[in-house]
Amino acid sequence: MSSVAPADRAVTPPPAERPKAGRALPVNLRQSGIYIAFGLIVALFAVLTDGQLLSPQNISNIIVQNSYILILSIGMILIIIGGHIDLSVGSVVAVTGAIAAVLMVDHNVPWPVAIVLTLLAGAAIGAWQGYWIAYFGIPAFIVTLAGMLVFRALTLTVLGNKGIGPFPDEVRTIANGFLSGYFGNIGLGPLGGADLFTLLVALALVGGYVGLGWRNRQGRIGYGQKVEPFAVFVLKNALAIVVVMFMAVQLARFKNMPWVLVLLGVLVLGSTLVMNRAVFGRHVYALGGNPLAARLSGIKVKSVSFWLFVNMGVLSAIAGIVFAGRLNQAGPTAGNMFELDAIAAAFIGGAAVQGGVGKVIGAITGGLIMGVINNGMSLLGAPSERVMLIKGLVLLAAVAFDIWAKRRAGTSR
Amino acid sequence: MTDAILRMRGITKTFPAVKALQDVTLEVRRGEIHAICGENGAGKSTLMKVLSGVYPHGDYSGDIEFEGEPCRFSGIRDSERRGIVIIHQELALSPYLSIAENIYLGNERRGRFGLIDWNRTNAEAAELLDRVGLRENPVTPAMDLGVGKQQLVEIAKALSKRVRLLILDEPTAALNDSDSEHLLDLLRGLRDEGITCVIISHKLNEIRAVADSTTILRDGRTIETLDMRGDVSEDRIISGMVGRDLDHRFPDRVPDIGGEVLRIEDWTVHSPTQHGRVVVDGAALTLRRGEIVGLAGLMGAGRTELAMSVFGRSYGIGITGRVYKNGEEITPRTVTEAIRHGLAYATEDRKTYGLNLIEDIRRNISAAGLRGLARAGWVDDNREFEVAERYRKEMNIKAPSVLTPAGQLSGGNQQKVVLSKWMFTDADVLILDEPTRGIDVGAKYEIYSIINRMADQGRAVLVISSELPELIGICDRVYAMAAGRITGEVSRADATPERLMHYMTQTEETTA
Repeated sequence: MSSVAPADRAVTPPPAERPKAGRALPVNLRQSGIYIAFGLIVALFAVLTDGQLLSPQNISNIIVQNSYILILSIGMILIIIGGHIDLSVGSVVAVTGAIAAVLMVDHNVPWPVAIVLTLLAGAAIGAWQGYWIAYFGIPAFIVTLAGMLVFRALTLTVLGNKGIGPFPDEVRTIANGFLSGYFGNIGLGPLGGADLFTLLVALALVGGYVGLGWRNRQGRIGYGQKVEPFAVFVLKNALAIVVVMFMAVQLARFKNMPWVLVLLGVLVLGSTLVMNRAVFGRHVYALGGNPLAARLSGIKVKSVSFWLFVNMGVLSAIAGIVFAGRLNQAGPTAGNMFELDAIAAAFIGGAAVQGGVGKVIGAITGGLIMGVINNGMSLLGAPSERVMLIKGLVLLAAVAFDIWAKRRAGTSR
Repeated sequence: MTDAILRMRGITKTFPAVKALQDVTLEVRRGEIHAICGENGAGKSTLMKVLSGVYPHGDYSGDIEFEGEPCRFSGIRDSERRGIVIIHQELALSPYLSIAENIYLGNERRGRFGLIDWNRTNAEAAELLDRVGLRENPVTPAMDLGVGKQQLVEIAKALSKRVRLLILDEPTAALNDSDSEHLLDLLRGLRDEGITCVIISHKLNEIRAVADSTTILRDGRTIETLDMRGDVSEDRIISGMVGRDLDHRFPDRVPDIGGEVLRIEDWTVHSPTQHGRVVVDGAALTLRRGEIVGLAGLMGAGRTELAMSVFGRSYGIGITGRVYKNGEEITPRTVTEAIRHGLAYATEDRKTYGLNLIEDIRRNISAAGLRGLARAGWVDDNREFEVAERYRKEMNIKAPSVLTPAGQLSGGNQQKVVLSKWMFTDADVLILDEPTRGIDVGAKYEIYSIINRMADQGRAVLVISSELPELIGICDRVYAMAAGRITGEVSRADATPERLMHYMTQTEETTA
């Protein structure tokens, strides 16, 4: 065992370590840029509207008004991470809303049964599109473009070109209503009374977030991995606590917690967990990152793609019910352009056009950025064409930033 | 030599990791057919890319003199203007365009107002097709032609550019015998018209049949130029191609070989893209526990195709044959099933097929064995971390942490991540396709050590490699493939580069 080679090995500088220093900043910025941007946009509109943006009622409005887009953007970011796209969600929202309306209003099906049937219809629609995409091999862009037309047409057929309503009170409550204050109100001094339950939930969330973060950090330290400095950890958590508690207090002061926020919270937590910890979530990232390598690693890429679209169908049905319940009627133009808002939310929230990258919470933030722009500009009395203009430019800027950051990282390689 | 059309002197070309060409000299006489041969990676294609301006002047050092004038090409159009045309191994026809459109692509026959003159285009194309002996209508789409005819269209395209020196890179690699024969005849005809040809080929019998001289490259250097007008034997060429000493570039190992683990019988695979072409033809081989077996072959011999078709039919159509694992027949139809049967395949192209470059080391290592880390569909994060850490240390993956993206690693470290991934699936049959391609010398030694360790753990390892010294250096047994067939099996004691090269070049005509 004589060898030139091992000596060589010792001399060769480990190439992987070189880019570390120059790279830390852009990678970080690429990940956290979206949250910083969100903070700046909120601050900007808070100032421009003399604090109106952050008033108790308006915060509640932003959440309720954007809930269906946010629900859609959860499914959309998963699909985009997997390397696909879905242009049909707006039409699927419309057709599922119409199905719910026909069942509940025309046929007097009890509302819980009707909701289950509607969700199943959403799953079936997703399975239909997923089949063509995953097993037949037609690009998602084409299949869902066709779906956009097909399901809009079905909506018009089901509804007979008119709106159907009104919905049962329970359904309207899910979309528009608030939890009853389980523990009553407490006084917050000069801020007035506030719903105790909302505050407790927020405290539990914050506690859980910080606790999990701490556990993770300790775990990494245990494995001798690098972690962010303690001060940064504290600062990040403090910021999260302040933001969440501020929103909770404002919500609690207005009314109790909106039902859609509960729904949204469950969906966000659930999908985040799946994407981070479940085998399925990992396979989605692997599929989007390199489908060829994923296939040769034994990942059932077709099945993963298929279930992504089924999931999107179900989420579209949820959004369809919420949207119809909110308007108290299912209409033929429901969900128009929702797909574009959901796609924009995902890309503003840091998804990569090629797939493989993105986070659920990023898409939610992206959706909220657009929601805040919408809301803030309408508070300022801006005409809708200007709102559209700004939203378009924000989308372009977000993706341009992402590509710029990637290119910077790439050149240091 | 007095009447040289081309003189290349002192050509040196360096890539970040390797010196691809070192002080290479090439002289081609006017009006001859000049063959260039050498092992894969000897620098043949790089030399041709220097000549045709793919690597522009300044990218290499040395001088090129064409028709007595020094040349400094800045791009491929530049060299074409001087009459040097290269036809690449992968044909570059646009499938939906017609033959005539392909011939004049980028060089369109224009009429009035700069519009394309279709009559002239098709008429002139027909003349060119006649010259190369292709009886096809010029308006036929290129995709309707077989590979052999596409090759002829490429040559017609070269003729349309008033070619003085025609370079063909492995022109017959994908052709059947009669198409090859026709092509070689055509080259002789062009020579008689005064067109000089440079042909890169692995097929020694063809070189003997058609070439007037042969230049042999090895490890990026010119070894010799043989005058083929005398009687030059294939063995003479082979010894020039492989003649290097095997010094201590491989770690020692005492093999401990057990019983049979995998047996492949009568394995036949058809090409999914070229209708009816047989890529693997009745191949049979056996792997035993603790054994490292090599699979030698030149480009296009069907080694990767054999491996991938066995690995869950991830390549090919019309697959027939039998695979036995520990004596029982298995029929893995998907990669997932193949992995469940304990097979693993590490691809020759890590970046395209092996790794998720934007994902970190940890998740690349766990990608194939993720189920083993999960309970009821939920991944145990901490264990995943532990596993990745363990392999990082065991395999000596040089990275600041297992959270480093795979795309930031060097080739050697990327390969270690791929090998870790397959080790973690607990595979007992590992097929490693070109495991040291694009890896520097130091890291190669480490990869060899890892391969040895795999065998010492009782796994069977099949190594596909184009580097004969590597196969001879680490394998207990080596199979050779040519044209889809297993043409020979050599034990470690008997393995010499000459012997392997003899089997590897044993296409049907030369079968003894």
